Amino acid sequence: MAGPIGSDIPRWANVVVLPIVNLIAAFLVSGLVVLIIGENPLEVVQILIWGAFGFEEAIGYTLFYATNFIFTGLAVSMAFHCMLFNIGGEGQAYIGGLGISLVGLQFGFLPPIVLIPLCMIGAALFGAAWAFIPAYLQAKRGSHIVITTIMFNFIASSVMVYLLVNVLIEPGSMHPQSREFAEAGIPPVHEALGWLGIKFAASPWNLSFLWALVCCVLVWGYVWHTRWGYAMRTVGTNPTAASYAGISETKSIIITMCISGALAGFLGLNEIMGYHHRLLLHFSGGYGFVGIAVALMGRSHPVGVCLAAILFGALYQGGAELSFEIPTITRELVIVIQGLVIIFAGALEFMFKPQVEAVFRWLTPRRSAAAAAE
Amino acid sequence: MSENNVAPAIELVGIDKSFGAVHANKDIHLNVSAGSVHGIVGENGAGKSTLMSILYGFYKADAGEIFVNGEKLKIQASQDAIDAGIGMVHQHFMLVDTFSVLENIILGAEGGALLKAGVDKARIELNRLEREYELEVDIDALIGDLPVGLQQRVEILKALYRGAQILVLDEPTGVLTPQEADHLFRILNALKDQGKTIILITHKLREIMAITDAVSVMRQGEMVAHRETAKTSTDELAELMVGRKVLLRVEKGEASPDRAVLEVENLTATDKLGVVRVKGVSFNVRAGEIVGIAGVSGNGQSDLLAALSGITKITGGKILLNGKPFVGGPPHGAADVRTLGMAHVPEDRQRMGLVIPFEAWESSILGYHNDEKYSRGPIIDRPTVINDSVRRMEAFDVRPKDPNLVTGNFSGGNQQKIVLAREIDRDPDILLVGQPTRGVDIGAIEFIHKRLIEMRDAGKAVLLVSVELDEIMSLSDRILVMFDGQIMGEVSPADATERILGCMMAGIEPTDLEVA
Repeated sequence: MAGPIGSDIPRWANVVVLPIVNLIAAFLVSGLVVLIIGENPLEVVQILIWGAFGFEEAIGYTLFYATNFIFTGLAVSMAFHCMLFNIGGEGQAYIGGLGISLVGLQFGFLPPIVLIPLCMIGAALFGAAWAFIPAYLQAKRGSHIVITTIMFNFIASSVMVYLLVNVLIEPGSMHPQSREFAEAGIPPVHEALGWLGIKFAASPWNLSFLWALVCCVLVWGYVWHTRWGYAMRTVGTNPTAASYAGISETKSIIITMCISGALAGFLGLNEIMGYHHRLLLHFSGGYGFVGIAVALMGRSHPVGVCLAAILFGALYQGGAELSFEIPTITRELVIVIQGLVIIFAGALEFMFKPQVEAVFRWLTPRRSAAAAAE
Repeated sequence: MSENNVAPAIELVGIDKSFGAVHANKDIHLNVSAGSVHGIVGENGAGKSTLMSILYGFYKADAGEIFVNGEKLKIQASQDAIDAGIGMVHQHFMLVDTFSVLENIILGAEGGALLKAGVDKARIELNRLEREYELEVDIDALIGDLPVGLQQRVEILKALYRGAQILVLDEPTGVLTPQEADHLFRILNALKDQGKTIILITHKLREIMAITDAVSVMRQGEMVAHRETAKTSTDELAELMVGRKVLLRVEKGEASPDRAVLEVENLTATDKLGVVRVKGVSFNVRAGEIVGIAGVSGNGQSDLLAALSGITKITGGKILLNGKPFVGGPPHGAADVRTLGMAHVPEDRQRMGLVIPFEAWESSILGYHNDEKYSRGPIIDRPTVINDSVRRMEAFDVRPKDPNLVTGNFSGGNQQKIVLAREIDRDPDILLVGQPTRGVDIGAIEFIHKRLIEMRDAGKAVLLVSVELDEIMSLSDRILVMFDGQIMGEVSPADATERILGCMMAGIEPTDLEVA
């Protein structure tokens, strides 16, 4: 056998340094684009950061977007641990929103303390159900989950258009959206802080954020500390070993996808229960897709997902501010910058790995030599 | 071997190579005389393959020089090695299954944009080579249709077609029957007579003694000795490889078999694609004996193990374990069979027995993660599992004794010990063992064999499946030979010779043998 390719690179280097290098690369290329347009990249960065974190309202918006990304990022991460590429977060989130809305439309009169848990259950059930079908087809029929979940995004989109135009539309309205079904919904953070006597500027940032953090902890516990998570990771890393161990691959795939779909479904808590208080067309707004990049960048670990989600939240919010401040930088250009981050952090995740490793190897002997000299 | 005027075919001077912290080759010096067969032996991970990969341009050495026929050579890529007349036959063949023999041979040497000219030229040349070296192959057959022995010939032809004067063979007999191996050695001798130089990498000392003129021994990345084959012995070589005295023979007393633990009647089983691989097999394994199943790999042994261990569902016949029948198969077949008192050390520890990216403690509960003692409700009780894992690592001398180390970072032998410890520790009534010492160093082989004998002496049943005839013959109390999904017959170890087993492994009935 060939000699083992020893990796003397500490794990944290791969987990921390590499994403940062990717991010810098994305920003450098973005900077070039900005230069070509004739603007000053440094100024752009300044406005971007200020727009995302510079004032209370900005922070609120950044974390509001981040909440969406945490849910969808966790959904994709979960499936990754079972080696499933869930592209369907978008559709699952969309249908999860339908679950919330049905509960809201039926039981909108209930006090929030009862209504919100019911909505959470609705979101989880509908999101999971939408993920269950592709999962079942993958597990039992071998239909590739990437293909089926992509298809299910389209189906979800069409179903929702139909429902909103023909069934759930607010009577007498021309807008394809439902009536407002709960005035209060999930309380915004500035209100919650107000109860504690802390003043904070109003923003859509709401307590779904806390639930997102709780979900992070739950996912972490499930993946690394339960028998089910163990079974799931075994199926994900080595299906042959799983069959040897008597672990059911079918069961693992279906359970994992249902959890993944439920997590994606929670997106609606933030967007619908926390902000719009009604079901509207395309409320899932591409968050499901960006969740893939969030999961990749976050290395499928809840902590990483949180950090990546905040980064993307900042790009969303700061980007909006940017196109407002510098008119030549249009919304489309902001999307280009976001796209570059996704490409470098997601698709080209390991492009700089050899270089980073080389740098570490170059540093290591000197460190050990220094240690020996002591 | 002695000093003469002819420059050595290959001379390596001070070759050094590290992969990160692993020093795979340390200041290697090697002299291979032209026109000789030179063996290189060493345990797994001793650096043999790395050294040959450097010679063939797969890796670049950190330091050192390579001389071919006395000329200093800079080998940057495989093409440089090929140009210098070095040919390599890899352990895992580098052939395209869906191409014909001819297409595979001219691959990379097609000679122009259109194939016609190259193909015609190749036909003539190949005919000559086949005749000259006893290398008959149907050059229009598809590679995928050929048995491994013939595929290997194609690899050799490929090297010769490229004008190789020096041929490097990496573990060439691993997949061959003894008869096929003999044929290979005849070919190698013919090549040698024609003046070619051959480097043979192997861990089988018997082959070294049988065919080489000189032998070099590697240990832990260093070249520790050079010997003339005629002036050394397997014992000396084994000691040089391991660095201490080793017991090549297994010490064991008489078996005292008791009741049948495993009874198999007319069992049939299919592989994933639905091809029938086990065709009506019947045998039993009794408590207190080791039953060995010999055979060339790919004759249904793997599928038999999969069926017996409950991984796949049987398609016909009966399996009784402790008197209880089961059919196995997903979703939980393998887990159910464990509760009936069976443990299974699978043939391929990396693909089946372990989860390589998992930490050792996680791999050490594979198949037993639902045990009550390992969990509180759905939560895995990590401290208990880790303690248990450390205890087993101690008992089986796993090094390093670190439950948090990633499984893939253990050496082959230590990985195997992790699997073995996990399965034996369950105190099963019957242990299925597939290829227990594949890719395991000699020191660990000795240890593993001892543990299997201990199992037997403790009154357990052991079913051993191995392609290593030595292992089968020295451990088994009864030997079954498998060929094409059937059991060709049973031989007692006292009567078993390599010739008899070899013929049975090739599908010749033992009764025919007696006539012959």
